[in-house]
Amino acid sequence: MLDFTTITTAIDRFLHSALPDWAATLTECALVAVCVIAAYLVFAIVMIFMERKVCAAFQCRLGPTRVGFWGVLQVFADVFKMLIKEIIEIKDSDRILYNLAPFLVIMSSLITFSCLPFAEGLQVLDFNIGVFFIMAASSFGILGILLAGWSSSNKFSMIGAMRSGGQMISYELSMGLCILTLVVLSGTMQISEIVETQTRGWFIIRGHIPAIIAFIIYIIAGNAETNRAPFDLPEAESELTAGFHTEYSGMGFGLFYVAEFMNMFIISGIASTLFLGGWAPLYIPGLEGFNEAMCWIPGIVWFLGKTFFVIWLMMWIRWTFPRMRIDQVLVLEWKYLVPIGLLNLLIMTICVVMGWTF
Amino acid sequence: MKRMEFRNTYIGNITIAVKSLFTGMRVTLREFFTRKITEQYPENRKTLHIPERHRARLVMPHDENGNNKCIACGLCQQTCPNGTISITTRTVTDEESGKSRKVLAEYRYDLGACMFCQLCVNVCPKNAIEFSNEFENAVFDRSRLIIKLNK
Repeated sequence: MLDFTTITTAIDRFLHSALPDWAATLTECALVAVCVIAAYLVFAIVMIFMERKVCAAFQCRLGPTRVGFWGVLQVFADVFKMLIKEIIEIKDSDRILYNLAPFLVIMSSLITFSCLPFAEGLQVLDFNIGVFFIMAASSFGILGILLAGWSSSNKFSMIGAMRSGGQMISYELSMGLCILTLVVLSGTMQISEIVETQTRGWFIIRGHIPAIIAFIIYIIAGNAETNRAPFDLPEAESELTAGFHTEYSGMGFGLFYVAEFMNMFIISGIASTLFLGGWAPLYIPGLEGFNEAMCWIPGIVWFLGKTFFVIWLMMWIRWTFPRMRIDQVLVLEWKYLVPIGLLNLLIMTICVVMGWTF
Repeated sequence: MKRMEFRNTYIGNITIAVKSLFTGMRVTLREFFTRKITEQYPENRKTLHIPERHRARLVMPHDENGNNKCIACGLCQQTCPNGTISITTRTVTDEESGKSRKVLAEYRYDLGACMFCQLCVNVCPKNAIEFSNEFENAVFDRSRLIIKLNK
């Protein structure tokens, strides 16, 4: 299989031979940053286009078809529209926090994004507590949302931000429990190792019942984490207008929008890493020829294929269910998902201890 | 103590919820793969399908000799809520019997004021007028919306 470490070490060696150590490290940092941001934007564009098309298909429509062939330039047209919009200075707003908030949100999603293992060796951040780090980095996006609500000096923004914060903090819990279930199964927190072990069977198959339950809870919690319908409570046109980003216009709003979409990509990426094997190809014990053939498909194709499948699942959920009230959202989390998640963790531990996993 | 019904218990709640969620997802999945109903209008002019009952504009069908069925009774004019239709008549005297009767001189229809309620078509005793499917009626001048229906 194609191993990206050969390419990255070649670049590393070349830079170290041409430049002094500190300059080489600096150049590498800059290169990685540029690559991550570029990939982030490309995936954001793909995701927004996919959202439009998939949403249209679920509603028996065609979606955008006019701008460019099959509507592919629609997203670019939207971005240009957003760029030429006026950026409003809100009276009595906390200028610094108001301008800082979108960047906090986008920063948290960028850091999490760089933890994703796109292919063998194609991973920016990889260390022994990788899963832990993802959880931590993805949580501080809430800070940006709360700040956005607070600094807009608008009571509806504030209520929207509080709702959003309450919801995201709650659902972080069941998400953490699901991830913990998988950590129990894999026995490691390092993302590259988690994927490595899945080359001999994906965790959703090896962990059977508890892994499937964890996957379902993870998808539900992931939908709530990204503030998408049926959990899009911060946005309630009739009560709160657009929630925490009511007062944002132009690219400030654009950053929130992009971060929301990319959070969905990240959630799906983590799901595909933990449950569906990341870049690990499909492995069926006993069928050596089949496994050999599967290994010929490059890891990045596997990873993106699985990730976009999970994204499609989340969009399917989004365009099916009606949204819930805030109390129902919290009841679902605290009375159903957390107890089931805890029980599931127990079952998984018993399964691992007794050796009932594949 | 009365036994609780299964669907009111905690586990029963979850079971029913999951079952109903999957029902909903099955419906949308089927919708995802059905043929889309969007009409790509200017491109598909040749194959465009318009329902037969669509009311686009009022017409008065004429037979091959250029005769229509209108008897100039004026019912359509009276029943039109918007005053869309105005009929002018003239009197002709039948040469054989010597009786005089009203015939249609001009049937004017204002497409710009019509709300396509179909009351005129329903009230017509001779089925002399009907709605057609010709829907591309945009013009640059409002005066061109006033159409003379009879020939």
